[in-house]
Amino acid sequence: MGIFRSLLRQPTAVFGLVVVIVVVALALAAPLIAPFSPDEQMFDGLTLEGAPMPPGGPFLLGTDTLGRDLLSRMLFGARTSLIIGLVANGVAVAIGLFIGIVAGYLRGLAGNILMRFTDLMMAFPALLLAIVLAALLKPSLWIVAMVIALVNWVQVARIVYTETRGLVERDFIMAERSLGAGHGRILFLHILPHLVPTAIVWGTLGIATTVLLEATLSFLGIGVQPPEPSWGNIIFESQSYFQAAPWLVFFPGLVILLTALAFNLVGDALRDILDPTQRGRG
Amino acid sequence: MAFMLLRRLAQAFLILIGVAAITFVLLYALPADPARMIAGRSATAQTVASIRHELGLDQPLLVQFWTYLSGLLRGDLGRSYAQKTEVWTLIVARLPATLTLMAAGIVVEVILGITFGTIAAVKRGGMIDRLVMMASFVGVSAPQFVVALLLYVFAVTLGWFPMSGYGSFAHVVLPAATLGVLGAGWYARMVRSAMIDVLNQDYVRTARAKGLSSRRIIFRHALPNAILPIVAMIGIDIGQFMGGVVVVEAVYGWPGIGQLAWQAIQQVDIPIIMGVTLTSALAIVTGNLIADVIAPFIDPRIRTS
Repeated sequence: MGIFRSLLRQPTAVFGLVVVIVVVALALAAPLIAPFSPDEQMFDGLTLEGAPMPPGGPFLLGTDTLGRDLLSRMLFGARTSLIIGLVANGVAVAIGLFIGIVAGYLRGLAGNILMRFTDLMMAFPALLLAIVLAALLKPSLWIVAMVIALVNWVQVARIVYTETRGLVERDFIMAERSLGAGHGRILFLHILPHLVPTAIVWGTLGIATTVLLEATLSFLGIGVQPPEPSWGNIIFESQSYFQAAPWLVFFPGLVILLTALAFNLVGDALRDILDPTQRGRG
Repeated sequence: MAFMLLRRLAQAFLILIGVAAITFVLLYALPADPARMIAGRSATAQTVASIRHELGLDQPLLVQFWTYLSGLLRGDLGRSYAQKTEVWTLIVARLPATLTLMAAGIVVEVILGITFGTIAAVKRGGMIDRLVMMASFVGVSAPQFVVALLLYVFAVTLGWFPMSGYGSFAHVVLPAATLGVLGAGWYARMVRSAMIDVLNQDYVRTARAKGLSSRRIIFRHALPNAILPIVAMIGIDIGQFMGGVVVVEAVYGWPGIGQLAWQAIQQVDIPIIMGVTLTSALAIVTGNLIADVIAPFIDPRIRTS
């Protein structure tokens, strides 16, 4: 629990942690606390001219262009964003860990090929690649998550690779090897545990990137498809209306910002705590 | 040095071929059928087949890739399916707009980043430092398209800046601000951390002991040494920009290669998608290369090691 206590000592990290907990709680409780169904087009959800209702009254944050309650859509949208954030980033970290460890441990030709491949992926314009993939595949929640995972593992792989190379040189690995330990034992019992801090830090920071990427893809209309709500596609759907109804951009935009900010703050604080050489520099 | 450069050039070349290969395979394997897109929904199977044949899409993957690659080596990016024009011509026509936007965005980023990063480092631990760090976090966590949309509303309501388009200085302000203000967060953080390192060095203490003014210490002695990470950062940023412009160009109607790519993606115009991806990859590779080449001139320690 030492890590947790250190986190609580930093005001920004506490702020981040609180926001994360609130967003997760709201997402989990969405069916219980949402005032309306996210998909219901309300009879009184539009003005007489057919425009969205501004915030206030029964619709706390107003309604969207189809007369649906914005708050309810955002609550259910939180589920979409968090699921994609966790799944896509989890897969990205797993791929990055695997490639980084194997390349760092093997070195030689196989390791070299893996790292050259990673270099190659670094030269890919990530957002462009994600946009191309998402647009040409039939986008759905899981496809979007996979697309994001495929472009986001590279950085983790590079960091894990560098750390593994350092670990392999250390005496305790040498000792283990001379005692006759197999590769599997060394990798899983001795190298992997040392990479847990890196995985935790990137597992947190990466969620911020993922949430932003999902929102961007959905905003372009190639992410999560309406009527399933996501913070990005709420903005996408109201795009042509946003000058008359800026709250349809502002509120979802604000929660995207707050969520990404919160994960970034917690991740950065974790990095400080878990890697003392970085302390006070970031 | 010359050898290093040659090696890096060869590496960059191989990376570009690799990017071409991967993109090609991905686009080949995707379910979207460009021949059907061109023929339209009501076309007969025969029409679709003849278009497919005309474009060479009925040939095996390896043959297609070889045709593309040999064209590429001659500087030929192929023809757009939808616009029937050379991809190269289309990209060259769009490039100035994107480069203008990129240059403007990077200038904003670097100026803001260095200014606030330095202030934060000098006032380390104080209220200003905390504010700058918090703001930089907000910057890197803010969704670009939301900021772009809100600035757009702002422009329309106040009428200070033109809503969209291209051509004058006023047009570039909002898109460049969107890219630059948000991106400045990374720069501020890097400059701050590099400055803190430098300010703890012995020679800075010596300078202080000699009685130099803190302004002189910061600007003449510390800042030049803290600037190196910024150069590397710009190299990486050029690549980031090439991907990021798709969104900003879409919101502001900026006629750059991002917009070109976005239109091409919707029409499954594979030659343009390939061309833009390769141009972006070229920008990323060149950016990194330039950063590596410049680094030893800024920091002589790199030259000797």
